[in-house]
Amino acid sequence: MVLTVENLEITIDRPGRAPVRPVRDVSLSVAPGETLALVGESGCGKSMTCLALAGLLPRRGRISAGAVQLEGTDLARLPARQARQLRRKSVASVFQDATGGLNPVRTVGWQIAEALRLRKGLTRLEARAEAIRLMGMVGLPDPERRAREFPHQFSGGMNQRAMIALAVAGNPRLLIADEATTALDVTLQAQILDLIGELRDRLGMAVLFVTHDLGVVAQTADKVAVMYAGRVVEANNVRALFAAPRHPYTRGLMSALPRPDADEERLATIAGHVPPIDKLPSGCAFAPRCAEAHAICTSAAPAFTGSAACHNLAAGA
Amino acid sequence: MTWLPVRLARAALTMWLVVTFVFVVLRLTGDPAAILLPDDIDAQTLAFYREKWGLADPLWQQYLKYWAGLLHGDFGISFRNDMDAFALVWERVPKTALLGGTALGIALFIGIPAGILAAIWKDSWIDRTIMTSAVFGFSMPNFFLGILLILAFSLRLRWLPSSGSGTWAHLVLPAITLGTGFAAQIARYSRSSMIEVLSRAYMRTASSKGTGPVRRVALHAIPNAAVPVVTVLGIQVGQLLGWAVVTETVFAWPGIGRLLTHSVALRDLAVVQCIMILLALTMVTSNMIVDILYGWLDPRVRVGAGTAQK
Repeated sequence: MVLTVENLEITIDRPGRAPVRPVRDVSLSVAPGETLALVGESGCGKSMTCLALAGLLPRRGRISAGAVQLEGTDLARLPARQARQLRRKSVASVFQDATGGLNPVRTVGWQIAEALRLRKGLTRLEARAEAIRLMGMVGLPDPERRAREFPHQFSGGMNQRAMIALAVAGNPRLLIADEATTALDVTLQAQILDLIGELRDRLGMAVLFVTHDLGVVAQTADKVAVMYAGRVVEANNVRALFAAPRHPYTRGLMSALPRPDADEERLATIAGHVPPIDKLPSGCAFAPRCAEAHAICTSAAPAFTGSAACHNLAAGA
Repeated sequence: MTWLPVRLARAALTMWLVVTFVFVVLRLTGDPAAILLPDDIDAQTLAFYREKWGLADPLWQQYLKYWAGLLHGDFGISFRNDMDAFALVWERVPKTALLGGTALGIALFIGIPAGILAAIWKDSWIDRTIMTSAVFGFSMPNFFLGILLILAFSLRLRWLPSSGSGTWAHLVLPAITLGTGFAAQIARYSRSSMIEVLSRAYMRTASSKGTGPVRRVALHAIPNAAVPVVTVLGIQVGQLLGWAVVTETVFAWPGIGRLLTHSVALRDLAVVQCIMILLALTMVTSNMIVDILYGWLDPRVRVGAGTAQK
């Protein structure tokens, strides 16, 4: 395994108020050449999980429990400086807004070359040549000239390719793609997904793919973890999960997908809202929206049994 | 390349407006001959001087004559001592440039790092200390700060001279007086600009590459944060010149500001006009320099910077 996350808990300290825990008891693992999709609605903690793994948590945020094993080393227990050095070599991230994610006053080539200088200690000239090679590899036309241009001279799709080149610079072991294709139109999205998959196979990276789009999951992932209100509620390989979703929330998400073969006028929805992270209900966080909830669901948090965390499944198993 | 001609035309229009405005307003506020000459002067002498200074003609003739002179580099004659107005003003320029330049230097040297530090440690005691001092420096009137400094360092401690411009020691108090308010403003602009930049997505990208804090701030944040600060700086240079008038008066610094206050009080029209034109020219020039710097700092507005795609 490249990455093994065990019982990760993230705490955000708030001055004058009680701290919140947007991520609780999350466990994940990804092997080289494998894509794990992290799925859930906005605010379910999937992005916060990514930020924690990449060491990019906001200033008041911290990993308050659990382990983040990166190729056998627990990042959560390492001093900040060493953790940063390890992440610099092994973890890279691609985010949703590629154009905003590139520095407007630096050339694209400079920004990719900087990653190479920092991660691999290349000289200025070596880094420049390697940056141009990477830009060609991610399918940017005329990389020699494009390397001297600024992000505003690129289209959104080209910037996302540049971001990917920047991320894979220095062959990271883990690529975190947080909603990396969400802002792109469908054709571009397909191209970028293909690119990420191709690079994963070629470089033997593990990919953690965060999305709220189940269509993208089916297309790219080997394994899926579904998050709800800061917890993983169901985790399985893609085929099994799509064939037989077990958790009521996962089933709700699946039935909310549009189907070309059904002619219902309205899409199914899950009633209610995601609870705010500082006002979670006791017991199972999904219970207030769950049609199958029992008395026990509102009193105790369900344990993870098999591939899902649900009292109903535990009782049946 | 249409940029430069447009800018030059706009600068010329500004200069024309300034000259016209100053010319008209000064003549509407009283007869210079009556103010400059003794009260008990006889009508004949008064008429002689009015004729000599060209004040007897209708206003539009005076205006055209003035322009005719200006275009030949003639700014007129000082009513007070018959000297060439430009020569009189030009003699004072180095003193004001020295004071203004030093104050600007102090302001940049203190204001920019203070703003950056406050932004990096936003909401901490460092931020609060810097911002409290900035509000203090910002709201303290120039003349009052000058007088306080004179009381403390000249009268009480006797470390520094309170007026004049003979030595480097004379420069210290006026430069601090003039620089303080400016430093406070620059600190505030730098801070807000820096806070804005630090929250941008590209700063997270920089972190994700594993950049250390110094590299992050110096190579990724500051070049972006500098853009709005430089813009504001260009406008503020005019304000600095305005403050210089007060500071020079407090410290009896023999620069343009003091000459201006004297000349306005005496309705020495040619001198006042000459100073106003030079000030306006300084403003126009500093704004053009800012525009050029702006393009250099921000590739998005760089002239001829390829096809912009969003």
